[in-house]
Amino acid sequence: MSIEAIINIALFVFLGLTAFAILKLRALFAVVMLSAVFSLVSAALLVHLDAVDVAFTEAAVGAGISTVLMLATLALTSRHEKAPTRSQALPLIVVFLTGFALVYGTLDMPRFGDPQAPIQVHVAPKYIADTQSEIGIPNIVTAVLASYRGFDTLGEVTVIFTAGIGVLLLLAAFIREPEGLRVQTMDHHLVLRVVTKVLIGPILLFALYVQFHADYGPGGGFQAGIIFASAFIIYALVFGLENARKAVPGRAVRLLVACGVLLYGGVGFVSFLFGKNYLNYSVLGADQVAGQHLGILLVEFGVGLTVAAVMVSTFYAFAGQNPPIGDEDW
Amino acid sequence: MGVSDILGLFNYWMVIILMMIGFYTVVSRGNLVKKIVGLNIFQTSVFLLYISMGKVSGGTAPILTGKPEVYSNPLPHVLILTAIVVGVATTALGLALVVRIKNAYDTIEEDEIQAADDETEFGDPQAAEDHRR
Repeated sequence: MSIEAIINIALFVFLGLTAFAILKLRALFAVVMLSAVFSLVSAALLVHLDAVDVAFTEAAVGAGISTVLMLATLALTSRHEKAPTRSQALPLIVVFLTGFALVYGTLDMPRFGDPQAPIQVHVAPKYIADTQSEIGIPNIVTAVLASYRGFDTLGEVTVIFTAGIGVLLLLAAFIREPEGLRVQTMDHHLVLRVVTKVLIGPILLFALYVQFHADYGPGGGFQAGIIFASAFIIYALVFGLENARKAVPGRAVRLLVACGVLLYGGVGFVSFLFGKNYLNYSVLGADQVAGQHLGILLVEFGVGLTVAAVMVSTFYAFAGQNPPIGDEDW
Repeated sequence: MGVSDILGLFNYWMVIILMMIGFYTVVSRGNLVKKIVGLNIFQTSVFLLYISMGKVSGGTAPILTGKPEVYSNPLPHVLILTAIVVGVATTALGLALVVRIKNAYDTIEEDEIQAADDETEFGDPQAAEDHRR
């Protein structure tokens, strides 16, 4: 057995154990922290499976933002799960039957890593062969994301936009204005305060690097947006929501949520004006490759803007509620 | 079925185990936050399924190096990286619903929410039980 196979098995087993612990534990704080561990281990596994862009996203999202949002929810609801009152037999039977049916379905699947599997011989070879000449950037994932399948990505950004609007609609009525909000800061933690001040600059800088270096390495608007948002969220966590709102007002963030989608859609309309298909960037520059460069830069920026703004405004919405548990009681 | 078959299908089977743990968490646990964590496990297992299928033996990450190399399939990577971010946005929506449910019912346990609904609709738990029959 090769070393790669052993790493693969070890990481999968670790994921399984973490998932099982999540199922068994009833202390929700531990459950949320374990789900962050689960994301981080799965990011390691994704790197092992060559999906560096995906791993990047999973690490930033799973171990970062979604953990913060879940902890915010715990602060607003409760930290302990009650013991199940009903019989667990029926769910167990359903799960086992579904599992066996799925395992049966895998038996005639192509084996792991098979270069002749149907998935490897259709479409993907074209992307790998043509990216250099048609798009002119080394990162094939970015080329497919922003150009070949740009329409698809526009749809995804719209879904994120819609989910953000949904969160705001659900929670906005309950957001406390600064006067009504019980003061919740971690100002009294000296170490946190100093470390945060040191970290915020590099985090923002790194986000910009990830945003604008996506053509050449792993990264892009989705990852950069998340990293950008985490800088603001860490500031709000340590120095208080009120100070964060002074730096970046909620109204401005809500405006940016729409601006990103608008920029992405707008780039598509510009190619209409040149008489080409929607989101055909080739017309934007002097030649095909220059146009693609500019188009990808613009739509990735739109993605980053919307993702970052949705995350920050979602965090504002959660943090603006009055938690029943104070910081000292945790 | 030999060792190579078992190794060749191991990833898919582990994906199924993870997916079923997530599924079981969703259907058997009454706590709404726990259900959302279960959904996240389910979701991550689907991501791993896609990425496992895109892996080519001896391949490398799909970033062109200028040298002739074997690259893993970039298409599942694109689909999944956008799905992850959409996933966190929808998780946030779910958590917002949980917060609102807590405000309205003062609990996030499924059976207590059901009991409160029964009480409003039928007056006492026995009447609700009779109605369901």
